Order: sequence, then structure tokens, then C-alpha cells
Amino acid sequence: MCFGLVATPPVRYNRTTPREGREPARIMTEIAARHVGQPTERTEDLRLLRGRGQYADDLAVSPRTVHAAILRSPHAHAEIVSIDAKAALSLPGVIAVVTGEDVQALTDPFLVALRQPLHQWSLAVGRVRYVGEPVALVLADDRYLAEDALDLLSVSYRELPVALDPAEAAQEDAPLVHEAAGTNLVSVRDFSYGDPDGAFAAADRRIALTTRFPRHSYMPIENFVVVAEYHEGDGAWDVLANFQGPYSTHPVMARALRVPGARLRLRTPRDSGGSFGIKLAVFPYIVLMAIAARMAGRPVKWVEDRYEHLLAANSCPERVTTIEAAVRDDGTITALRFDQLEDYGAYLRAPMPGPLYRMHGAMTGAYDIPNLAITSKIVVTNRMPAGLVRGFGGPQLYFALERLIQRVAVELDLDPLDVIRKNLIPAHAFPYRAAAGALYDSGDYAKAIEIATGDGRLDDLIRRRDAARAEGRLYGIGFAAVVEPGMSNMGYLSTLLTTEARERAGPKNGAISLATVNVDPLGAVSVSADCMPQGQGHETVLAQIVADQLGLAPDEIAVNLAHDTGKDPWSIAAGTYSCRFTPGTAVAVHKAARQLRDKLARIASNTLNLRPDDLVFTGARIQARDNPDNAVAFARAAGVAHWAPATLPDGMAPGLRETAAWTPPELAAPTEGDHINTSLTYGFVFDMCGVEVDPITAQVRIDRYVTMHDSGKLLNPLLAEGQVLGAFAQGVGTALHEEFVYDSEGSFLTATFADYLVPTVNEVPRPEILHMESPSPFTPLGAKGAGEGNCLATPACLANAVADALGIADPQLPMTPKRLHALMAARDEPAP
Amino acid sequence: MRELNGAARHRIGFTLNGRAVSGWAEPRLLLTDFLRQELGETGTHVGCEHGICGACTIRIDGRAVRGCLYLAVQADGREVQTVEGLADPDGALNALQRAFRKHHALQCGYCTPGLLMSLTDLFARTPRPSEAQILDVVGGHLCRCTGYAGIMAAAREVAAEP
Amino acid sequence: MKPPRFDYVRPDTVEEALAVLADFGDEAQVIAGGQSLMAMLNLRLAGPRVLVDISRLEALSTCQETGDCLEIGAAVTQADLLDRADLAEAVPLLALALPHVGHAQTRNRGTVCGSLAHGDPSSELPLCLAALEGQVVLRSTRGERRLDAAQFQTGLLSTAREADELIVAARFPLRRAGAGHAFAEVARRHGDFAIVGLAAVAHDGQVRLGVAGIADRPEIREWPFEREDIDAVLNRLAWDLDAADDLHASARYRRDIVRGLGPKVIAEARSCAN
Ligand code: FES
Ligand code: FES
Repeated sequence: MCFGLVATPPVRYNRTTPREGREPARIMTEIAARHVGQPTERTEDLRLLRGRGQYADDLAVSPRTVHAAILRSPHAHAEIVSIDAKAALSLPGVIAVVTGEDVQALTDPFLVALRQPLHQWSLAVGRVRYVGEPVALVLADDRYLAEDALDLLSVSYRELPVALDPAEAAQEDAPLVHEAAGTNLVSVRDFSYGDPDGAFAAADRRIALTTRFPRHSYMPIENFVVVAEYHEGDGAWDVLANFQGPYSTHPVMARALRVPGARLRLRTPRDSGGSFGIKLAVFPYIVLMAIAARMAGRPVKWVEDRYEHLLAANSCPERVTTIEAAVRDDGTITALRFDQLEDYGAYLRAPMPGPLYRMHGAMTGAYDIPNLAITSKIVVTNRMPAGLVRGFGGPQLYFALERLIQRVAVELDLDPLDVIRKNLIPAHAFPYRAAAGALYDSGDYAKAIEIATGDGRLDDLIRRRDAARAEGRLYGIGFAAVVEPGMSNMGYLSTLLTTEARERAGPKNGAISLATVNVDPLGAVSVSADCMPQGQGHETVLAQIVADQLGLAPDEIAVNLAHDTGKDPWSIAAGTYSCRFTPGTAVAVHKAARQLRDKLARIASNTLNLRPDDLVFTGARIQARDNPDNAVAFARAAGVAHWAPATLPDGMAPGLRETAAWTPPELAAPTEGDHINTSLTYGFVFDMCGVEVDPITAQVRIDRYVTMHDSGKLLNPLLAEGQVLGAFAQGVGTALHEEFVYDSEGSFLTATFADYLVPTVNEVPRPEILHMESPSPFTPLGAKGAGEGNCLATPACLANAVADALGIADPQLPMTPKRLHALMAARDEPAP
Repeated sequence: MRELNGAARHRIGFTLNGRAVSGWAEPRLLLTDFLRQELGETGTHVGCEHGICGACTIRIDGRAVRGCLYLAVQADGREVQTVEGLADPDGALNALQRAFRKHHALQCGYCTPGLLMSLTDLFARTPRPSEAQILDVVGGHLCRCTGYAGIMAAAREVAAEP
Repeated sequence: MKPPRFDYVRPDTVEEALAVLADFGDEAQVIAGGQSLMAMLNLRLAGPRVLVDISRLEALSTCQETGDCLEIGAAVTQADLLDRADLAEAVPLLALALPHVGHAQTRNRGTVCGSLAHGDPSSELPLCLAALEGQVVLRSTRGERRLDAAQFQTGLLSTAREADELIVAARFPLRRAGAGHAFAEVARRHGDFAIVGLAAVAHDGQVRLGVAGIADRPEIREWPFEREDIDAVLNRLAWDLDAADDLHASARYRRDIVRGLGPKVIAEARSCAN
């Protein structure tokens, strides 16, 4: 039973023209974009296709390196009574066993965003709180031996009652995950914007539903890798890991290790085998391997395996949302009320509870809804700690919000598309300040929907549905309208705190991007920056940007994004997450290249006797705008800066190395009224699809799927399309297949790829992709984040279609055959 | 009869991408680890070690197989082909690799070597595979990044080449 | 994860293999394609003292028609079999079922006999063997015996093979003139183990239906074409299998698949019969 593939449609591009009076505010360059905006093939591919990537596990290590394996808890909640390592230590080749006692003596617990004592170390100390929690670490000559030794470790536990279900765990009489915290409900915050109570009182109807967004992870195919070494001489660690940021976690690691940040040198390799947020969660293991390396006096290497990855690496939080709309009979929504309970598992690892607050300013989605009430609650349970997963709070929000829109339509007997249209933010309102503070930069949502339903052939979908239904088949249509945030405000998480607590802690805002562009004496250009690419093609895009600025070809720009906190520029915002690359790092690189260009123009203007403004950079030459023969070779101008600093124009710094920093002013700290502009850019995604449910097997077949994107200016359409296709496949996984399942004791049931189902090509049709471009006025390149849209939209869109097909009010994710069958099956089964 | 003590390392030799190679392996050493750690050929990737993700797929005696479900000692004397051996003799990308690049069939590139080896195997025996045959082969791989669209486009293009 | 330690022997003849099995009994584990065993070793769910690799034994690498059977040697891979141009003629049910077994990459290494030896109740090849009333040929230093499919598989991941016995071949009856066959399975994804697998053979006025994925081994029922209460027969069968809930399916779901898909598979087999 597999899905048919939809024929590959051509991608259509549509551009919106900036409206009068709303010209992009800070476009800094008038350079003709020759490479930016082109579907340039990737430079990364040249090594990756030859099997010459440089992933973390590929890099050479010292011959003194020892290998680690981790013993993990079989219990969801238990006291560790004793650990007997004698037999393991007597196995030839075993070097050391590290336990919670060592970790407690040598490190401090990780910093947590809340005040409660939710102490977590890199190994369990005294108590295990989830199945899979690291209990002990074995170091041996190789990984095989280390695993042999794990089998010889004997640990005795005293089991404790467990708290698993978020709602039950939040009850007063639930077993406590952290006794010292006195409750599992560790944070409750109420927010109100506009006059929600008034709007609800005045509403014609109140329509509500409760959704549960399940635990899962877009786990990459490459697992975690850490190599740690301790240098006695300077008391510093040197760690290589396939970490992805954000580097706000770096101080968390350094504090745990009790050293200043400079003594924790963290290097990331040039290539990373996917991440999607997940590889943030390698950070506790960085601390663990660092301690182990210090104890062993040798470098320690740990390569996570798939079993431990599935069991314990990372999960998105489960969120139970009750959402209610105040509605007029014509479908106008005047207020929304959210009650969100989010389960973060056994520990609140930094930067949790990000997902609960990352969308906070934009909770009203694509709709112009002035009144809003939000209650946000955090609960801890005996399950794996939650973390970053692509979408990061967005999928949870939109599953609730877009399901609600569909319910409003059903209850009011309206067309769901009309309900969407009726409530959309109008095009003239941009930049638009949403109720909770998000400042949407640009867009024309109505037009996007018009294009999507037109070019995407909604009439065809309706025909297909009508024809299928006429034959008694189960066919439904779904829609989802989604605002896709890009580049997070580093201050958004402080919305979690009360205004007073925020004042005490000091303001948090902005999002810094840093990059360096260097020109060597022969005119060769190299780039380093504060991102950790995981397949997005950053090398290619940055080369396109720099090539345009300097009049070179992209393949003349050497971009190596292997990162080293000891040598490369970085800030707490560094990393590749929350779609910060295009609105962030790319801008910093653009600025640095621009600075270099200005400098080279001044140098060349000396030589050519022209004003810098009269020069153009093209074809590896710097030449007079109106006389191409009056030129100097790019390399020659570069050589001057290196060889003859005395001849440089007055006041110019010698050398040709520019580091640029960028932080957008729109990312202000939360206001006293808890308004927060959570992200810098806001793209728009509109999805529609037709699905058919098999009446016998209850399997969902995606008949057609159309996805419309406005991500501002596309820096490389080929790569942008790749982001859409990848996020779509993940959205399909969330909608239909992927879930971390625990039994009633908290045992984990999905610890292999045979039980945790990642969609294959047979489950993922090719969506039809449409684009339009409303450039962002807040980023110099006009680009917005574009990597998450379908993770937000697709689960909601497919759920709406299945709800339509089956006439059900509560499709639960993932919509597995087992779940759908339970809803579809006739109540009475034929008796035996 | 070959008898190998489990606690000792034994000399293992085979042909890798046309060259004779050898190294040392305990009987339990996985071929993936032998390739990566003993021979330093890190192009073959490991994603699950339970035979499902396909990242480790290589060709042995002209058949695509899971490298993680193969012992190094079992490869003794055989012909092994890995991603490092795919490029044309002059070092240029071959037609399949070029098609992957053109159609953006890889992002992180971690699943890619396995897919290239599976498709190489398919085209070696079935120069004009049907859509169903391509789906069957690509269906034996997990890719987290691409949504498979570029991979399918690249495979279709090679299948249609004269 | 990595496998635990084991000794490795690669016999040059079947006799040598039998001698090792006679010596080590259940401390020995035979490996042919290893597509199930290697995964279990990697998860440390198996820990043999000695691994006996029969994958290169010439004598077990043949696949030939003997009498009214296709006799498939223990080293013959699923891909070898699927590559046979005459498979759809010789044993149509295998030609229908094999594409559902794992993926191309695992069929290239996995053997037919290995799949039978593993005895997974939801796998396709034991279902085919049972539906066709095939046999497994076992040999030891004590001699050789043939077991019918129904005698061979004794339960979940267990068979009647004695510790010193080697499966040397499986015997799949050749297509009988006029017989029709059909195969269907419901799996979460293509290539996954079946939640329910159904194989039907229609011949000589009789229908045989085999069901995998529900009971602890493939279950077979047979009835004449004329029977009109097929729905009742299937309902009885569905209940008889004593389905259980698991991660991917409920018991009721499994029963409903038998009730819902069963008639289609039977009709398909009958339409191919003549
Ligand atoms: S590593 Fe071999 S199949 Fe995943
Ligand atoms: S390209 Fe990243 S897993 Fe396929």
C-alpha cells in the first residue's frame, strides 16, 4: 500500500511589488545581484558525493584516544542504590568507569531557566528520572570492549512511582519527578492582550477544542559525536562535537565544568549529518566526555548509536492545548484563548522551555485577532528531556490554531477557506504588530492564497473530492495558513519571567550574527561565520553573496564553516537553528564583504585616480564604471594591502580581514505588558491538500499537496526548495507516522527504526510548490527564514483533510492506521 | 575450514574499489567499522546498525548490501565497492553523482553514499529501471533532509539517459 | 551497538558445518545472509559462542526443480530467487510475496531459508511455505529429515530444528496446473514486517488462505469454492487467531483486516485460477 507520486510540477514564482511608502528600509547595497537569487549548484556536493565529507566521526583523533559507552537506566524513576563496577574494571582493555558521584564532585548542575531546583548533571546523581538516562560511563580501548564492560556493570535500583502523562503529572497528588521542586507543574504564567474577556462575552459563539501534539523528533541520520581532551597545562578543554548551537548553551557547559568560557574550546566539524534542532542536545555529553577525559588523562571519543539516540537524545515537548475562539456568526474571530500545558520530560535542559515561548508574540498566526489570552504551563514527567526540534513550538501552535479554524467552519457551516480569508491580516497592515507583540515585517496573505488556490488548482481538488465521494470513498480537503518565524529574539525566553524578575535579571534582546571575510595576498577570498550548517548549503549561499560584492565567481570564494570558539567569531546567538541563517549570518557575511569592498575600492581609487563610488567590481577586476579599460586586477589591489601598507589611504587599517556584526533593532526585549517581538522575519505559508483514507486499512493516501511559500527574497531558489521538500517530508512524518511511545511503566517502545517510523520515499509524495516574494524590509538582503514552514503547516493541513474525509472532530497525531481505524470502525464488531 | 578465535585479530583482505587492501579484524568487527576505522575510508556512513536506514549500503561482489549487517571477516577475498570508488577515472563526478548535484538530491549528505551505491547497483543490472524499481531501491533508505524528491529526479534522469 | 564476542568458523563443506553444530549444539549459531541475525547481534539480543558461516557453501547455493518442488538451498538469497525468470511460472506465490520482503538491499543478502529459520510470525516467506504446504529439509550428523511447514514452525521465533541440525533447503511445491495465487499485506511502510499478511491459493475447487502477523505462526484454513458464507468463515478465522494489541495495530484492527482484505485476496486468487 503506497502512495502514488504526484507528477513533478514546475515551480512558479510570483513577486509582490513593495507597496508605496513601504520601500525596504535599510537595503544597504545597490550591487547588482548576479549570483544571489540564482539556483546555483552546491559546492558542498563536490566532496560529499565523493565520500570525502568531513563529519565528526571522520576526523583523525590522537592514538591515545579511548572510547566511551554509556550505561542507561532501564527504569523511568528509581533511586540508584549502588553501582558495582568491579567486574567491568577487571576486563582487559577497560580503563575507567565514571559514575554520578564523580560527576557530582567535579561539575555543577546545568543552569536552568527556572528558579526551581531541577538539578541535572551529565550522569544521573542518586536518582534516575527517565528510561535511557545515563547512569555510568565506561572508557575502554575500543567501543566493542566498552560495550562488553557495560554488560558487566551491576546497578541496583529501588523503583519509584512514575509521572508520565502530562495532565496527570500536573495533578497535585502525582508522584514528584523532582521532590525538591515540590510540584511537577513548575511554571504557570497568564498573559492577556487587548480585552479577551470582553470579546468572549460579546461573541455570538465560543468554539473550542483540545489538541495533543505528540512527542517525536526529526532525528538526523548521523548520531551524536563528541571527542574531548583535557590539557593539564592550561587547565582547558578542547572538544570536537557535532553541536549545532545556540551558543547560549556554551556558558551553560562552561559553568557546569567550573571554568571560564575560554577554557572550553568547542570545535564543530565542517560537515554535519543533519540536525533539525536535535544536535543541540549533545551538550550534556560534551560535559560528560570532558570530565571523563580529565579523569582518564586521555582524549575520550563517544559516538552515539541509534538505539541510544532514539531512547534518550531528544524529543519535542508534548503539548496539550485547549484553544477557544470568540466568533461572530459570519466567521470573524474576535478573540483567542489558549491554555497550554507543555511536557518537558525529566529535566529542563537549556534553552528550554523555548518551544512554549518562541511563538509567543505570534500566537494569533496569520489572523488579525486583537484580543488574546494565554496561559502557559510547564510540567515535568518521567520521560526523556525535551529539546529543540525543527519548528520549535510552531507545529504545536498551528496544530491547535488551524484545527480550530476548521472546527469554526464546521460549526458555523462555512467554507474553511472563507473563515481563513475573513480573518487574515490585510496586506495594507504591514508591518503589522500582532496582539502579543510580534512585528510581522511584510506579506500579502490574501494574494498568496489567491495564487495558491488558482495556480494550485483548488477546483481540481474539489472535483476529485466530489468524484471520490460519489463513489463512496473517503476523501477530504484540508487547508492551513501559517506564519513562519525566522531568527529568534534572544530575549524571548525571558517572557517566561514576570516583569519584576526580568528587571532583576537584566534585559535580554537582539540576536547577534558575526562573520569574517578575508582576502589573502594573492587575492583569494575566504569566509568564516557563526553558523553550523547541517546540509542547508550555507557554503554555497555565502559564496554567492560574497561573489556579488567582490565581482568574483562563487567558486573563487572559499567558505569553510567548521567552527572553533577559540578562533572564530561567535556570540550566544551563534548556531544554525530557528531559521537564523538568511536573516542573520548571511547578513553579517554580506556586511563583512561590503566592508572589504569599500576598502578595496578606496585602495583601487588611489591607483586609478577615481572616486571609490565610480568603481565597479566585476570579472575579478576593479574598474571605472564608464571605462572598463581603466581597471586594476582584484588580486593586485588586494596585494597592495598586504605588501605595501604604507601606501594605503590615510587612516585605513592594514590587512584585508573584515569581521562584521549584525543585530536587528526590531528584536527588543519584552515590554512591561509582556509584548514581545519573538522573531525578526515572518514568512507566510499556505497549504492545501486532498487525502483519501482507505476504508479497510485506515491508511491515509496523500492525493495532492500544494504548498505556497512567501519567504521574502530567495537567496538560492534551488536550496530554498530543498528546505520546503525536506520540511514537508518531516511534516508528513509528524502527521502520519512518527511518535515516541512509552508504556504505562515509562518503558520506551520505539527504540529502533523498525518501531519508530521515519517515512521513506514510498510515504512521501512530491508536493507542488509555489512561491511569491515579499522582501523583508528588516533584513538587508530582503530574505526571511525559510526552513520550517511545512513542519508547521503540514501536520495541521493533513489533519484538517483527514477530519474532512472522515467527518471527525478530533484526529490525533500521528494519524496512524491504528488510531484512525478506532475512529472508523463500526461500534459493534461481528461476534465470534 | 576457516576457524577464527573471537578474542584475536585476524588478517582480512579484499579488493576495495579495484585495489587490494588488508587490515586486522576480530570476528565480530562490522565491515562498516573495518572500512572506516581500519582502512580510513570514511565515505561509508553509519546511521543505525540495525539494517534499516541504508546509510551504510555498499556493493559486495556486485550486489548492494548493508555494510552494518556484514562482518569484516565475511568480506575476506571479496570485491567491495564504496562511494569513494564512484567518480570517473579522471576524478570527475560520474553521471549519477552529477544528477544528484543538479537535482539537489542531497543536503547533509549523510544518507547519500548509501543511496549512490544502491542506485549504482540498480543501474548496473537494470539500465532502464521502471519507476517501481527505483522506488523499491530508494525505499530501502532513510533520508531526513530532502524529502526524496531530488533523489527520485536524479534517478529518473539517469534511467532516461541514452 | 556492537556485537558481543564470538568465534567464527567458515566450513568448506556441509559435513564440516554439521560437525561444528554437533560439537557446539545451541552454543553455535548458523549465519547465512544474517539480515535478522546481524541486527540481533548488533543489539546484543543474541550471543552465540561460535558463528557458523554457511554463506559460501557451494552445495547450498543451488535452486532447482526436483520432482514437484522448487528446492532452494540454504545459501540462496531472496534476490537470487527473485531474479529467476521463471519464478512467476514455477512458484507464483513467491513471485508475489518476495517484493514485500524487506528491501532490495536486504534481499540481496538475506536468504529464503534464513527467513524460515528465524520464524518471525509476521514475515512473508514462512507464510508462503505454509500456504503452499512446502517443506524444510534439515540435516545433521545423525541424518536428514523433512518437515512440513506446519510441523517446522512451532511458535514465535521458534522452530522444530534441533540444535545440531542445519537447514539445508526449503522445498516450495511447483505451481499446480490451473492454480491461482494472491498475496497482500498491510504494513506501516513498504518493506516493514506485515501487520497482517494474507496469501491465498485457489485450486481444484478449494481455497487455502494463510494469515501471518496475528497468531504466533502462519495460520492456514481451507474450504471449497462453493462455500457461500465466506464472511462468516473469515470472521471465525479472525477470532480464532487470537489477535493482540501492539504498538502498530489493535487486535480489532487485525481482525478487521482479515474480514476486509480476506475476500479480496481470495477473489484475486480465484480469478487467476482456471
Ligand atoms: S547503518 Fe546500516 S542500515 Fe543503518
Ligand atoms: S541528505 Fe541528509 S539524510 Fe539525506
